[in-house]
Amino acid sequence: MALPDVTTYPLRLASPLALFFGAFFAAPLVALLALSLRGAEGGFGLSQYAAFLSDGFSLGVLLGTLWLGLKVTAACLVLGLPLALVATRAGGWVRGLIILAVLTPLLTSVVIRTFAWIVILGRQGVINSLLSSLGLIGTPLRMLYAEGGLVAALAQVQMPLMVLPLMTALSRIDPSLWDASEALGAGRWRTFFRVTLPLCLPGLIAGAVLTFAAAISGFITQSLIGGGQMLFMPGYIYQQAIALQNWPFAAAMSVIFLVAVLAVVLAFNALGRLARGYAQT
Amino acid sequence: MSRSPFPLDRLSFEGLLHLLAALALVLLLAPTVIVLVVSFTDGLSLRFPPPGYSLRWYGELMEAWQLHYALKNSLTVAVLATALAIGLGVLAALAVARSPRLSARLLDSLFLSPLILPALAFGLSSLMFFSLLGWPVSVATLVVGHTVVCVPYVVRNTVAALTQLQPALLEGSASLGASRLYTFRRITLPLIRPGILSGGFLAFMASFDNIPVSLFLRDAATDMLPIRMWQDLEGRLDVTIAALSGILIVATIGGIAVMERLTGLSRRLV
Repeated sequence: MALPDVTTYPLRLASPLALFFGAFFAAPLVALLALSLRGAEGGFGLSQYAAFLSDGFSLGVLLGTLWLGLKVTAACLVLGLPLALVATRAGGWVRGLIILAVLTPLLTSVVIRTFAWIVILGRQGVINSLLSSLGLIGTPLRMLYAEGGLVAALAQVQMPLMVLPLMTALSRIDPSLWDASEALGAGRWRTFFRVTLPLCLPGLIAGAVLTFAAAISGFITQSLIGGGQMLFMPGYIYQQAIALQNWPFAAAMSVIFLVAVLAVVLAFNALGRLARGYAQT
Repeated sequence: MSRSPFPLDRLSFEGLLHLLAALALVLLLAPTVIVLVVSFTDGLSLRFPPPGYSLRWYGELMEAWQLHYALKNSLTVAVLATALAIGLGVLAALAVARSPRLSARLLDSLFLSPLILPALAFGLSSLMFFSLLGWPVSVATLVVGHTVVCVPYVVRNTVAALTQLQPALLEGSASLGASRLYTFRRITLPLIRPGILSGGFLAFMASFDNIPVSLFLRDAATDMLPIRMWQDLEGRLDVTIAALSGILIVATIGGIAVMERLTGLSRRLV
């Protein structure tokens, strides 16, 4: 007689959550899809999608949002990878300190972190008072409601999402590989590009996907730092749904936004597979 | 590491690496520090550095009944959503964690998908769905919406704890005659409790901080704290918000410290 398997649990234990997700996650998304197919004069069709995709302004908002996400992801990568690498190599209390520095903002409210950036970037803010006391500028610079300020603020808000998966991936690399690479005559840069980077790619892709997804849907930061002049998809959807009560159009926009996000996430993953193939050659 | 034979290579790499890491660290820490300092200003504006220091804005906070009301709502929803997320999430994690079946892998991806999906689109679709059903927005609809976006944290952390569990312990317990329920209570649960706790903590923070779902599912009667703060900031730059932020930052750091002691939170996230 075969022994009963005591190490796994029956799949039916997942059914309460599966039902909950079916009712309150999948069904709302189906409702969204259904509503987006409602035409302007009743009836069903793709007219809402046609309206969005043929409107230069709307397309501009969509592309601007995706472009913003890429810029923030790049900024998080350029700053986050060195931080994760330093933390992993250092170990001990330096590593603990960096983890605390990464965790605290991750768990602090987005509103508070964005609010801090208003204090930093504002006319009387930290940067402007510093520059004017050094005599470098006469009139305050405009950084609030400007794209550079928005990218910096979003990068800070989302950086933990990049650093944590990177640290996980880097801590799995056997340190003797670095010594081996050096002993075989590779310099630091070559070791970084040929050993470290390929081996931490899974973490890098995971971090990039999370950062990108969070940056493009970071409604609060976009609206407080970007102000009224810069419109991105979340703000545009909110405006159409709440201020204008144009639900079918807002639903179509949401579906297009979801599909665009999914496409970029899949592209990131494909890029990861491609890069892994390259690393093995 | 041994002496590198390429001094320029080594110098440029290490220099740039530490420069960027330091910049990242400043970028991560500066906002928190600046908010804390500004919250003690005695002036009327958010000037940094403040002209003088006082506790006046913390005093003003005692009078801000709108914020008190929103805080109470946010805490209620976060507690209920976290409880629901732990109940549903732990059961689901048990089912999918060690199962090699494709259906288990698919369910796992489904339960984690709210982490990637733009939450604003989900918030809007929930509003449409509930209004189709004729359910007015209430604390109940908020709890349901929050649970969907909080469950992934519980599932992910519990699955991670279950994956590290030694199967031999469960087999040993069974071969000594323990029932499955007894084994669960005495072996599995104590070993995965830190994972459940840290997942629950992250779920609580995600709900307390949630904006994209609350934005659509609340009304004046169910005002939520992050939304109240956001709307106050859009109207005018209020120093009371800085004092409130100061309190929330200290409470968050306290929560992280407690969780670190109880569950080794940082080891679970890295």
